[in-house]
Amino acid sequence: MTLPGLLFYVLAATIIVTTGVAITRRNLVHAVVYLIFSYFGTAMLFYLLGAPLLAAFEVIIFAGAIMVLFLFVVIMIRTEHSEEDFFPLSQWIPAAASGLIYLAVAFLAALKAPGADTGLALLWATPREFALYVLRNYWFLIEVISMLLLIGLIGALQLGRTRGAKQAEEEA
Amino acid sequence: MIVPFSHVLALSGILFVLGMFCAAVRRNLIMIVLGIEIMLNAAAIAFVGATLHWQNLEGQTFVLFILGVAATEVSVGLAIIVYAFRKTGSFDPNNYGRVICPGSRK
Repeated sequence: MTLPGLLFYVLAATIIVTTGVAITRRNLVHAVVYLIFSYFGTAMLFYLLGAPLLAAFEVIIFAGAIMVLFLFVVIMIRTEHSEEDFFPLSQWIPAAASGLIYLAVAFLAALKAPGADTGLALLWATPREFALYVLRNYWFLIEVISMLLLIGLIGALQLGRTRGAKQAEEEA
Repeated sequence: MIVPFSHVLALSGILFVLGMFCAAVRRNLIMIVLGIEIMLNAAAIAFVGATLHWQNLEGQTFVLFILGVAATEVSVGLAIIVYAFRKTGSFDPNNYGRVICPGSRK
């Protein structure tokens, strides 16, 4: 096994374990911190697979901005009374069984597909090449994404603002 | 030569199932949004692997859009969660119907 292959399996195991630990935590802060580790692992995986710019974005946006936003919300809201009751076992055993069957079939299909055992050739996309490619072919979608972010900002502001206005009316 | 494409797909599939499990089983709005983030991340891994498989940069381009959609979704989602928490005082999605359509429960 080559060194990049070994690194891939180490990173994959780390990502799966940290994500699995994160989704079973009852404490929200612990879950978010484990997910940050998972996202750092994903960033290293992107770098390994030849996407250095996306690795940087993964750290900045996913591990940085989004997870810090979650942390802010968890800290801002008192979490003492966030105890949750899980579904009873009898309800989610059928769901888990059917999900596992689909997962097994998907694995078999992916592993037995033609050309499934030849290694991937490396394609190293430098940030310059990648940016030129995106802005030449997909400049319109970049604009759409910027509009989407603007609309998201307005929506979040509106959700916060109506509450403030109502409170002011009640107090007046 | 790194690993076969099918192994990247398997990693992405396992992560997607973990995220789906989190979104479907947990009874906490914040954990549900976290599950959706995990699923988006799994899709991004599959796209980066597909870039190498077909030697075409379109896969990496779509990861950029996934990042944008994830950021928008999480900001609006958390704003709604904070709004719902202030109205109902809990993270339980069962109380959520009362926020969207008041009077739907009793």
